[in-house]
Amino acid sequence: MITTDEITEIRWHARGGQGAVTAAKMLAEMSLVKDMFFQAFPEYGPERMGAPIQCFNRLSKHKISTYCGVNYPQIVVVVDHTLLEVVDITTGLPEDGIVLINSHENPSETRKRINLEGRKLYTIDATNISMESLGRFMPNIPMLGALLSITELLSKEEAAGYLKESFEKKFPQKVVDSNITALERAFEEVKGE
Amino acid sequence: MAVINSKTVAIVGNEAVAEAMRQINPDVVAAYPITPQTDIVQAFSAIAADGLVDTELVNVESEHSAMSACIGAASSGARVMTATCSQGLGLMWELLYIASGLRLPMVMPNVNRSLSAPINIHCDHSDSMGARDSGWIQLFSENAQEAYDNIIQAVRISEHPDVYLPVMVLMDGFIISHAVDRVDLIDDEKVKNFVGERNAPFTMLDPNNPVCVGPFVHSYYFEFKRQQEEAMANALPVIKNVSDEFEKISGRTYGLFETLGMEDAEFAVIAQGSGAGTIRHQVECLRSNGIRAGMIKLRSFRPFPAEELIKALSGVKTVAVFDRSTTFAGGMGGPVFNELRSSFYEQEAKPLMVNYVYGLGGRDLSVELVKKAMEEILEMNSSGKAEQKINYLGLRE
Repeated sequence: MITTDEITEIRWHARGGQGAVTAAKMLAEMSLVKDMFFQAFPEYGPERMGAPIQCFNRLSKHKISTYCGVNYPQIVVVVDHTLLEVVDITTGLPEDGIVLINSHENPSETRKRINLEGRKLYTIDATNISMESLGRFMPNIPMLGALLSITELLSKEEAAGYLKESFEKKFPQKVVDSNITALERAFEEVKGE
Repeated sequence: MAVINSKTVAIVGNEAVAEAMRQINPDVVAAYPITPQTDIVQAFSAIAADGLVDTELVNVESEHSAMSACIGAASSGARVMTATCSQGLGLMWELLYIASGLRLPMVMPNVNRSLSAPINIHCDHSDSMGARDSGWIQLFSENAQEAYDNIIQAVRISEHPDVYLPVMVLMDGFIISHAVDRVDLIDDEKVKNFVGERNAPFTMLDPNNPVCVGPFVHSYYFEFKRQQEEAMANALPVIKNVSDEFEKISGRTYGLFETLGMEDAEFAVIAQGSGAGTIRHQVECLRSNGIRAGMIKLRSFRPFPAEELIKALSGVKTVAVFDRSTTFAGGMGGPVFNELRSSFYEQEAKPLMVNYVYGLGGRDLSVELVKKAMEEILEMNSSGKAEQKINYLGLRE
């Protein structure tokens, strides 16, 4: 999907401590695999564990020269579904925009509870995937996997390959493997409508 | 831009600066951390602790001490660097003048951040603009790539015998310092050869040629100061020459400022730092719609390239100067606006000149705000008059 000449802008909604900023940075690094141009930056302010935060990506085939906040994203990623009751996740999102939510529900069930109008909705149970593969609540890698899957930025194999190379420098093999499992499951389990 | 380098990476602005510092391998780094510069000191400390550089890293207890240590080390002939921002630059104040007055080459990234009060950690250019008369060369960077490139070039500019002045490399706090960006790194060996060895004409630690550094000089103080002005003027061609040489190892060109569409522009916008990037995007949009807009991104604020700017702006009817700080002169606008207006005083043909003060304390310069300003500038350009000379863009009152 990210194949146009335009800049794709992404807004992440999460709570402090859920790894969204890291995921946005990893998305930027992964887009380098495809020789793209990118930005990843958080909303700057005091970050507290559990408080709502936002972070952003810009991705493009061409050099990016806008260095301002993302006000009109094409894609919104919601890492924590409890934020749906706290923040208006559709602010600035156009009618053909895309929403990806961490939820155990099917998209049709989630759609009943929030006003998305015609926007495309995807859900992924990133919480469950992270509990099962990592043994703890860290939904960022499965969210990233789902996002890569729906945007077709990287194939599952490319993404897993990148994660392996990147994580092996920092983490023990068990952690690397469980994150790759989480990423791959997200590629397969993301549902859209 | 040809990518002729071996390594393209995804790093934040601060990491790009630390990477340039690693490649330069300065003899001494004395620094104190302050948001949003902290990552530079943190990353370089890790580099030094890992033994990747020969640098003597001096952990000091304040920015005042950081600059003092740099002055001492530079006087002994060492190649020195530090990094700071905002209140930290403020605490260095009296030493800034000592570094430049002693004609000591050194390079200091300053991650532009507002000054208190009220307390604010976000970007504007008030900190470095306050030091505009301190005798330091000041080079602005639009993004992480330019910050990296400027740091490497700054070593050569600072140590050039016609100059011998300290250089501040500016980068927008958070917007660039904390954002992951695509950066092309130059090979270690190429950077090493480019910066070469520091060759100080006098050093404090040479017993065969004893010198006195920093004595009381009542009788010739004035002459020293006049010579600093000359050194700053000398920096103009040096900055250009170093940029030409840098192009050979990087494929990237700089000069004193960057221009876009100035060959046929009817009106032009001038800006520094990351804001120039967002403005360029809009100028390109206007030009693709047949509107003859132009822009100048000012890289060298000290020295101020007045003659070159006048020449570049000779064909335009209207100039809008974007300032990310103000002068508190009581409605005179920002520093770049004042200096550019002053530069045009002797010119018979003067463009209509307006000022946009924007982005203080990190207020976002959004695409929408730039669009709004461009519409106003277009209107001024066609009517030939400005309703308001000083404008505050994105103000909420």
